[in-house]
Amino acid sequence: MQQRDYGIPGTPIFDGAMAAKGYALNRMCYSFNAAENREAFRRDEEAYCRSYGLSGEQRAAVASRNVLQLIAAGGNIYYLAKFAGILGLDVQDIGAQQTGMTKEAFKARLVEAGR
Amino acid sequence: MATIVGAVTSSHVPAIGRALEKGLQQDPYWQPFFAGYPPAQRWIAQAKPDVAVVFYQDHGLNFFLDAMPTFAVGAAAEYRNADEGWGIPTVAPFRGDPALSWHVIETLVADEFDVTTCQRMLVDHALTLPMALLWPGGGAWPVRIVPITMNHVQHPLPSPRRAYRLGQSVGRALASWPGDERIVVLGTGGLSHQLDGRRAGFINKPFDLMCMDALVDEPEKLTRYSALDLVREAGAQGTELMAWIAARAALPGRVRKVHAHYHVPVSNTAAGLMVFEPESAVLARAA
Repeated sequence: MQQRDYGIPGTPIFDGAMAAKGYALNRMCYSFNAAENREAFRRDEEAYCRSYGLSGEQRAAVASRNVLQLIAAGGNIYYLAKFAGILGLDVQDIGAQQTGMTKEAFKARLVEAGR
Repeated sequence: MATIVGAVTSSHVPAIGRALEKGLQQDPYWQPFFAGYPPAQRWIAQAKPDVAVVFYQDHGLNFFLDAMPTFAVGAAAEYRNADEGWGIPTVAPFRGDPALSWHVIETLVADEFDVTTCQRMLVDHALTLPMALLWPGGGAWPVRIVPITMNHVQHPLPSPRRAYRLGQSVGRALASWPGDERIVVLGTGGLSHQLDGRRAGFINKPFDLMCMDALVDEPEKLTRYSALDLVREAGAQGTELMAWIAARAALPGRVRKVHAHYHVPVSNTAAGLMVFEPESAVLARAA
């Protein structure tokens, strides 16, 4: 399925094409709702990813810890948030990473948006 | 007949859970957010609801992409929360109200909303946090709940117009419920925010304030937006506004704004809180 451009800059739209592409990756991330699965991932990341049948692109994205790359591989932000939890990243760390800002600068921009 | 005491709409940012857990209500970062809640808590204490009907969105706790309902209604006797991947503390289980749930389901289906019905359903932070903010102090919950979820994980999302009509249909169900319960309607999420993509951190204060204003007297104005319009104007996760629209639409007739609060930022989000009361409730009190 072709990825569509919805014309909203900097904003991924998780639609049917992305849901199909990202199914294995998101299914793995969904499993992280359970603490024992997070533990199994930490114990042997390679084996855990293999057991969920991740594509090469998805496996590389997981290894990179790069959110934009994970999204491009079909990751959905709500399921990815559970992976971020394993890495000890909060949504501001994720925001800073995606925008190429320091966390401090990202937080300052949010404060500015409220003025 | 049941009484619809009003509606409360509130943000549900996960970080609020951590702040509650650590008791950060007076912390300089959190104080301007928590300061909005005492008036809503006082209103709840006075309105004394028995049941809360809660419109919200599941964030990948109960539903996965294998089977993603656009609208789902809980019909369980009990609902539990769970660790959502972040070691969230579990709260006391919520008591359900299966009879009222099925009445809501029957009304919705009669109104041509083909909802998914759930006799087993985990509830996530989008339900537990607004509940904890409105009924602080922990312990057993003083209300039973009827949870109603709306898909905002996977596009196509329902439209704001559909959310509005869903709310109206639920309102008709509650108004025709023969029990003598006092019912509050909650809508959770929003306001503007975006977690994913290069536009992460997007907030649109003028749009949020326009929506909060419109919700009081002209909520139908918001139904002219599409789901993608909301993404553009309120951020990728700003579509949660649809739960606010549904909750507001469930109230019969004209409403009075009891309370409103807005604060930016809470984590990546513009946090909003509103309390509405049907004018009929105001008149009944005066009589």
